[in-house]
Amino acid sequence: MIPAGVSHTSSHGSITDVSVHWPTLGEVWEVLSFQAGYNTNLVMLGTAFLGIGAGTIGAFALLRKRALVADALSHATLPGVAIAFLIGSWMGVSRSLPLLLLGAVVSGVIGALCVQLIVRYSRIREDAAIGAVLSVFFGVGVVLLSYIQNMNVGNQGGLASFIYGQAAAMSQTNAIIIGATSLFACLLTFAFFKEFRVLCFDSTYAAAQGWPVQRLDLLLLALIAIITVIGIQAVGLILVVAMVIIPPAAARFWTERLGVMTIVSATLGGLAGYLGAAASALLERLPTGAVIVLIAGGIFTFSMIAAPARGFVAHAARRARLRLLILEQHILRKMHEQLETVAGGADRHADASVSIADLASERNWSTLRLRVALRWLSARGLLNRHNHHVSLTESGAREAARTTRNHRLWEAYLVRNADIAPSHVDTSADLVEHVLGDQLVQELERELKAEGVLLPSPHPIVATHSAREGKS
Amino acid sequence: MNITLDLFLQVDLPALLAATLAAATCALLGNFLVLRRLSLMGDAIAHAVLPGIVVVFLIASTRSTLPVILGAAAAGLLTTILTELVRKIGRVESSASMGVVFSILFALGVVLLEQAAADHVDLDADCVLYGQLEDVSWFAPVAWTSFLELETWRDIPREVATLAIVFFVSAFLVTLFFKELTIAAFDSALATTLGFRASLLHYGLMALVALAAVASFEAVGSILVIAMIICPPATARMLTDRITMQVWLSLLFAVISAVLGYGLAAFGPGFFGGEHALSAAGMMTVVAGALMTLAIVASPSHGVIARRVHQSRLAASVVHEDLLALLYRFEETQQANPTVDLVHSHIRRGAPGISERALRAGFRSALKAGEITKNNNRLELSSAGRARAMEIVRTHRLWERFLVDEMGSRPDHVHRTATTLEHLTTQPMERELEMQAGAASRDPHDRPIPPKPAPNEPTPDKPTL
Repeated sequence: MIPAGVSHTSSHGSITDVSVHWPTLGEVWEVLSFQAGYNTNLVMLGTAFLGIGAGTIGAFALLRKRALVADALSHATLPGVAIAFLIGSWMGVSRSLPLLLLGAVVSGVIGALCVQLIVRYSRIREDAAIGAVLSVFFGVGVVLLSYIQNMNVGNQGGLASFIYGQAAAMSQTNAIIIGATSLFACLLTFAFFKEFRVLCFDSTYAAAQGWPVQRLDLLLLALIAIITVIGIQAVGLILVVAMVIIPPAAARFWTERLGVMTIVSATLGGLAGYLGAAASALLERLPTGAVIVLIAGGIFTFSMIAAPARGFVAHAARRARLRLLILEQHILRKMHEQLETVAGGADRHADASVSIADLASERNWSTLRLRVALRWLSARGLLNRHNHHVSLTESGAREAARTTRNHRLWEAYLVRNADIAPSHVDTSADLVEHVLGDQLVQELERELKAEGVLLPSPHPIVATHSAREGKS
Repeated sequence: MNITLDLFLQVDLPALLAATLAAATCALLGNFLVLRRLSLMGDAIAHAVLPGIVVVFLIASTRSTLPVILGAAAAGLLTTILTELVRKIGRVESSASMGVVFSILFALGVVLLEQAAADHVDLDADCVLYGQLEDVSWFAPVAWTSFLELETWRDIPREVATLAIVFFVSAFLVTLFFKELTIAAFDSALATTLGFRASLLHYGLMALVALAAVASFEAVGSILVIAMIICPPATARMLTDRITMQVWLSLLFAVISAVLGYGLAAFGPGFFGGEHALSAAGMMTVVAGALMTLAIVASPSHGVIARRVHQSRLAASVVHEDLLALLYRFEETQQANPTVDLVHSHIRRGAPGISERALRAGFRSALKAGEITKNNNRLELSSAGRARAMEIVRTHRLWERFLVDEMGSRPDHVHRTATTLEHLTTQPMERELEMQAGAASRDPHDRPIPPKPAPNEPTPDKPTL
């Protein structure tokens, strides 16, 4: 029902016969360095500019939680395109690009506004509103297209390019339109950077401060609409949303700062466009739009895993380090407590040892975990390992005393100020003792001393190393 | 276009059956997605089944139903799992993570499709988007009586048979787990505390959605799948607050959309002298969208019009009550009966932003109820009006008493709050206020709290301060 000639660009023999022609390094360099001919360069530049513009706008769309509104908007352009085509053919100008783009922008914005109206005036939630607008507008477009297809008007083939995109057939006019629009969108974003920042992070505050929130939202929507519509020509209306969502979502992993994120997002978007167009020029049967999205997806996955700021590996490493720290402090404290009961006092010999079996029985520590932690502690010079025993070193003893002291100070605080029963306080203190800063410990000390509360904790509060050092 | 019976039975009937079954299945499952604010998961899955289908095709070189369905269902589940993964691991907001995942998967599908296209595959993105409803045909039936013969049923189109199976499986599972699905839809935390695995239920539902999406895509296309997952349940939700009712209504709307949409697409152009049928799948989404728009605007319980009417009635009744209270206060201070203009300006000052229409409606309703009379452009309370006015002023002053005595508000701050509350006070609330006020007979501004009229008391006299 849609004019043919969209996706079947080439037809070879059976799939098993098709041998992939892998490009040589020289060819790759030729394409990447813009030496592969005018058309290829045009496509690469056009999609790169599209990526830059979409990445810039997308950063704000993502943070304003408008990511999928862009999806509704892009689908909603279809009826506008069809109507513009009908008007065009009625006026005798068959398939004039500006008219089609205008129709696309208008109906896209109407669709996005419909989403907002539905959310505002009915009990239908935003997700359902987006989905409904997206499918119904697209459905209207499909009906209109089926009507157009049956008309005796030539030159309809271009209409399908709005659905799947035709980056490979990008003309000079298209590339210039994309570049200019993208530049314009970037400049506007730069001009309204402060406004958009307030809008994205705290729109209620912005409204209370007297910012014209609604108009700013509309401006952002208009920018999304413009960039979406020019993107549709290249990557198609189903996939253009990826250009708006994926680069900023990937950029978010690299930084916590909005300015940096916007620049990173624009760069990643541009990179995806450039590499995607290059790949589809180098390899056969790779539709440009889809390849751009796949490359953006690859960048996203890499960022999600490897970015140092918020990436998965960095995050997991931080968590693992924290868990190790907690385990370490628990072991030290247990050792301190054991030595305390054996020696019967806070002062004990640094070389007094504790059996590993005793330690293991203290908590649900698996042997393996305990051994790893002990090895780590001995590597840090906090304890000495013997056959079945471990003993604290001088610095280990100090650290153990400090940890125990934090634990008991916090226990005392909880018993006194949070009304927790002394028999229950141990676990609660367990959770907090690791994150007590020096300053907080001093404050706790001062407060407890001022009130003359010495030992509400079930355990004695050990002297700190500084106190001991002061004595000696 | 002439419609003959055998043409109808062979071409239109199977298409209608396929469309109706697809719409009903999607709408049935969509109810729970819409309630859980997961509607876009339906969108994501409908897009993401594409790579599943193509991969199956590339591996197994088959378009037979079962492997394709399995591949697509796997792709659907993969979408759900990946979305969850990106959301959790990447800490990306859920709708954005959905967008990331489904667009990447769809792009993958398009690339793979291009590879398959080299193999002269009768499979393209168009078919996934709009389906090929026109290709569903059933050659066996030639007359209604054909359906009595077993032969006819043996020849049932593959798409229809698949859709029927998926529909009945979905209906069976939804009936079986209806209670669990309902609880999970409204409060998944409660579901977990009640002891059944909400996440398992979630993935089960998603698998069913994927199944429905893939069974439907061949016949009606993914765009209709999205529309049917969202529009009929959303339409039903505008009309009812009860989940059982919502499910039945959504099924009804799905069937209406399918039948009416098909009818309009296939036979509509004929009425206008057109020769060619329009896209049936597109027309069905248009009908579904129109039904939804109608429900949003005209639903008797939650529609825009109903709410507007309700609001303007409320505004009028507030004006009505304010008017009575105002006239009573004029009587209290022994002033002459006020002119209409004076009353207007007082009420406007008391309720800034009130619309001219509400003002007029309030006056009309007070006059019509015989609670005020108009003489020479001056307004006066009738005895019935005075009784009601006393009630209102009494409530107002009891509230003022309460706000000052119990809430510790300052006397000069309570008037506006009391003005709001006086319109919303029920009988039991008033009794409670009375008890709180105790023996106090005057409000914080030292004006008398009017007595409560006894049931059979004669008309109250004009008040004095």
